[in-house]
Amino acid sequence: MENGYYLPMQRFLTREILSRQSEPPDKEELEIISFFRHERIKNPILFLGSASCGKVSGASKLHEEILEYLNIYGINGEIHEVGCIGLCSMEPLLDIQIPGKTRVSFAKVNSDNLTDILDGVFNNTIISDFVLGQYRSDFLEPWPHTPFIEELHFFKYQKRLILRNCGIISPGIIEEYIAKDGYRRFIKAIRTYAPEKVCSIIEESGLRGRGGSGYLTGQKWRAALTTADDQKYLICNADESDPGAFMDRAIMESDPHTVIEGMAIAAYAIGASRAILFMREEYKLAKERMQLALQQAKTYGILGEDIFKSGFNLTITIRTAPGAFILGEETALIACLEGKRANPRQKPPYPAQSGFQKKPTVVNNLKTLANIPLIMQNGPLWFRSIGTEESKGTKVFCLTGKTVNTGIIEVAMGTTLKEVIFIIGGGIPENIPFKAVHVGGPLGTALTEDKLDTALDYEGLRKVGANMGSGGLVVIDHNGCMLDLARFYMEFLQHESCGKCIPCREGTRRMTEILTSITKRPANESSHETLERFKGIMQLESLAGVIKETSQCGLGQNASNPVLSILQQFRTEVEEHIFDRNCKAGVCKELRVFFIDTDKCTGCTVCAKKCPTNAIIGTPTNPHFIVENKCIGCGICYETCKFVAIFVK
Amino acid sequence: MEGLESILARYPKYQRDNLIPILQDVQEAYGYITEEAIIYIGRHLLLSTTKIYGTASFYSNLRFSSKGKYHFEICHGTSCHLIESGSIISEAERIMKIKAGQVSRDGMFSLEKSACLGACGAGPLLTINGEYHENINISTLTQLIANLKNS
Amino acid sequence: MLFTIEVNNKQIKALKGETILSALNRNGISVPTLCYMPKLSPTGACRMCVVEIEGKSDLIPSCSFPVEEWMKIRTHSPRVIKARKTLVELLLANHPDDCLYCVRNTNCELQKLASEHNVRERRFHGRKSVLKLDQSCAPIVRDPSKCVLCGRCVRVCSEIIGVSTFEFTNKGIDTAVGTTYGKPLNLSNCITCGQCILECPTGALYEKESFSLLQETLHNTEIYPVIQCSPSVSVAIAEEYGIKAGKDFQGLLFAALRKIGFRKVYDTGFGNDINALNVATELADRIRNNEKLPMFNSCCPAWVKYAEQYLPELLPQLSQQRSPQQLMGRLIKQNLFTANSISPEKIFSVSVMPCTAKKFEAQRQEMTFNSVSDVDMVLTTRELAKLFRLNGIDFTAGESELADSPFGIKSTASRLYGISGGVAESVLRSLHFQLTGIEMPQVKVPKIRGLKARKDVRIQMGDFEVGVIAVSTVIQLQQVLKEIESGKSVYHLIEVMACPGGCINGGGQPFTKDENALTARMKAIYDSDEKDSVKSAHKNPGINEAMRLIIKELEGNETHNKFVATFEKRSVLL
Repeated sequence: MENGYYLPMQRFLTREILSRQSEPPDKEELEIISFFRHERIKNPILFLGSASCGKVSGASKLHEEILEYLNIYGINGEIHEVGCIGLCSMEPLLDIQIPGKTRVSFAKVNSDNLTDILDGVFNNTIISDFVLGQYRSDFLEPWPHTPFIEELHFFKYQKRLILRNCGIISPGIIEEYIAKDGYRRFIKAIRTYAPEKVCSIIEESGLRGRGGSGYLTGQKWRAALTTADDQKYLICNADESDPGAFMDRAIMESDPHTVIEGMAIAAYAIGASRAILFMREEYKLAKERMQLALQQAKTYGILGEDIFKSGFNLTITIRTAPGAFILGEETALIACLEGKRANPRQKPPYPAQSGFQKKPTVVNNLKTLANIPLIMQNGPLWFRSIGTEESKGTKVFCLTGKTVNTGIIEVAMGTTLKEVIFIIGGGIPENIPFKAVHVGGPLGTALTEDKLDTALDYEGLRKVGANMGSGGLVVIDHNGCMLDLARFYMEFLQHESCGKCIPCREGTRRMTEILTSITKRPANESSHETLERFKGIMQLESLAGVIKETSQCGLGQNASNPVLSILQQFRTEVEEHIFDRNCKAGVCKELRVFFIDTDKCTGCTVCAKKCPTNAIIGTPTNPHFIVENKCIGCGICYETCKFVAIFVK
Repeated sequence: MEGLESILARYPKYQRDNLIPILQDVQEAYGYITEEAIIYIGRHLLLSTTKIYGTASFYSNLRFSSKGKYHFEICHGTSCHLIESGSIISEAERIMKIKAGQVSRDGMFSLEKSACLGACGAGPLLTINGEYHENINISTLTQLIANLKNS
Repeated sequence: MLFTIEVNNKQIKALKGETILSALNRNGISVPTLCYMPKLSPTGACRMCVVEIEGKSDLIPSCSFPVEEWMKIRTHSPRVIKARKTLVELLLANHPDDCLYCVRNTNCELQKLASEHNVRERRFHGRKSVLKLDQSCAPIVRDPSKCVLCGRCVRVCSEIIGVSTFEFTNKGIDTAVGTTYGKPLNLSNCITCGQCILECPTGALYEKESFSLLQETLHNTEIYPVIQCSPSVSVAIAEEYGIKAGKDFQGLLFAALRKIGFRKVYDTGFGNDINALNVATELADRIRNNEKLPMFNSCCPAWVKYAEQYLPELLPQLSQQRSPQQLMGRLIKQNLFTANSISPEKIFSVSVMPCTAKKFEAQRQEMTFNSVSDVDMVLTTRELAKLFRLNGIDFTAGESELADSPFGIKSTASRLYGISGGVAESVLRSLHFQLTGIEMPQVKVPKIRGLKARKDVRIQMGDFEVGVIAVSTVIQLQQVLKEIESGKSVYHLIEVMACPGGCINGGGQPFTKDENALTARMKAIYDSDEKDSVKSAHKNPGINEAMRLIIKELEGNETHNKFVATFEKRSVLL
């Protein structure tokens, strides 16, 4: 390491941990630390939100434009690519910090407003149209008339612990992480605690698995620690395959070192010298950043052999998932790592006794592990003080669907759904009434308005029949159709079931078919489809029950949740679909019936030509007519008619 | 293009836990998993080709035929589904005259549904050969495909 | 350690460490299973064996859950029955409704489950997976539409036999059992042993049936139908009639075959004798010249196909003798031509075998003479039973008859071919004579007997010690080859049988759920070794006299090589 701050950084890393370094920090060390904490900077820094969500919204192009601007005006500024603060709907985000002033954040920056924003900041003014807020600092002068970030509704009700660095520090600069006390907890643990002690701390903290099961993390570790074997493994599961949840990706892209430190402490606690980070193959950027971070950690001696002379060895390898939802199940994940089909197996034996290569293995969710450094730093009691009686700490959710603010949020356990959706999420745009929120991804449950006071923790959700699951929150407004959503999830599951056990493989398939037949017009009234529709509810309920109680793994056992929840809470809507063939939300397009207003129809024949089933008859210049039996409700005629002569019944 | 031998040389012999990384490398190099590759991998890992095929076919990211010149992935995550990415997929299927998961006969286009492309704020999303296009609707899709056809 | 658990309100004893299912079965309580294979570790795929355990919210698969002391189990509560019935209904919903036309009608596990659970209504409708029927392979037909994905064929092929022709492919609703790239079976690495057929609970795997064609041939006066019958068939076929295994029905079988119209009925045992004698001569030569050792048998066509695919470098070490079936086939046609002037084209030579691979062997290119097949049709034991039923014959009623001459006489050693180790024992008896000029003092070789997958023995023959090993299934062979390579073991003769236990457990034998059936079949064969005085192939007077003439005649016709087997490397996807 040639850059001159390697040695001071090393000193800082081990200060107060190794007794011989009890002397006060020297000036150089203090200067470097405060530099990397951005407390005292010499040149302007521009922090560009460059996680995947930022890049999709054009951050790469923006990067070039900023460089060009800096060149033209001869400003000696640095551009730091940072991660994501969680406000996906506001990307691209650009934060600017000029010497002496606080860091100020701008939302939805694009080529049109970039110059104005930069002109403003470099001339000590802030264009309030684009500003999101400024970051509070004890060392720097705040901007006038600019709100503080933490006072914004989106942030005010959050409790950002594992997301604390996301979007703030540069994922590519390990020194920034170390300057924020990073890796010191790990070094302290391996130098001063026995693995058993680390397990105790985590047990005492009450941390539970964030992957959905809610199993006590400390207990899981202890089980692996107490199983004697020459080789043990720690696996960090970052393969979030819930369609619509991407917190793991955001954390890896924004704060990779937290993940590494969490993994390292966990590996030490269970006695594993090998750890595997298992992430989705699609996450190219996350993989790049994690690889870089691992490399940097190795350079500092944080990973490798005999780490900080503790005798503890650790290598972390990255493996990417070849794509399967079932990989969230730990035994399936292990099978995949072993190069097999990812079929879950019967437990016991649990992976902590016999896992990867039949060795004791702990599989933890990335979000679980991200908590570890903080618990080690602040102690178990601090962690217990956050959250509720049974659920400690915070939980990261991915808020999507019909809310003003969408993105990744972190709240203390026990925060209510109402607070999350209507305060943090800013409610539903255009004042459309709220209909439901779907909690926990494809295996989750929809909750209606009367359940909005539900506390978001393991027990609170269980009380209303829901699971924490992956932490996806999908908000549905009155224009959404619950049956369509259930069908969407069911269709997803029938393809993502591993296909091994009968109830899950065959059951999801039949349930999808029943749901499809309800959301569609029967092709032929005389066929069994009519009967199917009427028997639909009965069949769904009985099938759902059997799938739930006979399936082998969590996927099968929870596969019927979305369906059961709409049957319970949206019975009327289901019955409307079945008996009236009516989707009030207008989402189930194939249930629509179209008519031609003979007064408005000019007989232009455009619709008749476009109709895929030749259901429209009529002669040119005379009003046309739709044959109901032939119409499949696709709506092409409705969209093509220039005279608004076609209407939906 | 990296040869099969040099890919296999990176992995120790007879260790089945390397199967997925090897398959991923092969796909990276060849675009898909070829029959030849399966035979070579089988010899390297001392594994029957059936086992390799059975394992590989389980995972949706591993493919056994080449992609089209323009590979479309349309996001069908929950959030995009709510804003009607389903109809964008069926429109793409209609224009390309293929079903999701297939390659058009002229080899120009291939289409796949993706679980979640991870940028729900900018949906509906699609990627063409990995390049993101945000806020897609039917008319922008039609335009995109037409442009590619003409280029 | 034994402890007590409560099942259906009664106390039963369970062993620590065993599964719930095994505790139940030992106590005579049966729960239905579909994917369960007694000899292999459970997969818990079918969920048919679920039981209710007090205190557990879900139903628990008894096959894969360890039994524990506190358990209170209910095996047939309404909740359990409802779940099992729904599972069966779900399977039926994706199963072709053509039981009456199905080869496994009345003998199908799915049918049995449906009837046991009283499924009388079609509750689930919807699309069924339509998959292509694969008839490409000579002996085995695969109808994936009827597959219930229990995985037993996958497991028997890879975990018991050691070939891995099948594997689950894809996932979710697209899950299917298939070959690499879904290629037809004839291009796969299948060695046609047919063990998958024995495992398949439904009609998804079955032998390519030829007996219905045969009926016409039997009644065609232009054609001269003859048949040879393997000794392993006569100890097993009675099971098709519900008779307990353990008795040899050869004489009655011969009588019945004549009744349905075969003009001549031969015993393949005679072929076994020639094979054993020739193999012994060949081995003696190789031992004297110390070349091409260890020698492998080549009478198991599934093993031969395996060697051609996987071990081409070992092919020169295979015995150059044709298998008994093909020897007999050649001899029958030659003899009928020389003795009775019946031209080979007119003869329709059938063989009944316990084996599916023999169907493949009979079709091998080199198994013809002047473009006429040596064996025209191969039936399995199961097919023969069907042929009898078609002709309204109960073969158990009637008088025993002998096989036709000149191939009627055989040694008792010939019977042993049906069991793994039997070929080796038979060859050893003649080898001793070949090497030393004196008879083997003790012809029985107990060390190489029994159903164990691997048996070896070292026998002193004069001043030479012969090392022999008999393995059944190629998974065992792979192990032995490794040992030989590492120099750990030295053998002169390696007998390989593809099926576990040998031909008595061949892929063409009757379906049985009786765990003791194999032992009983084996016993019937060993018993018959005790009966006769001629115990070695080389002492078979038939070979010495009648056969010599024919062989000599053939030699004069530059056709002597027609008794020599040839092997070549086979390129398939391994």
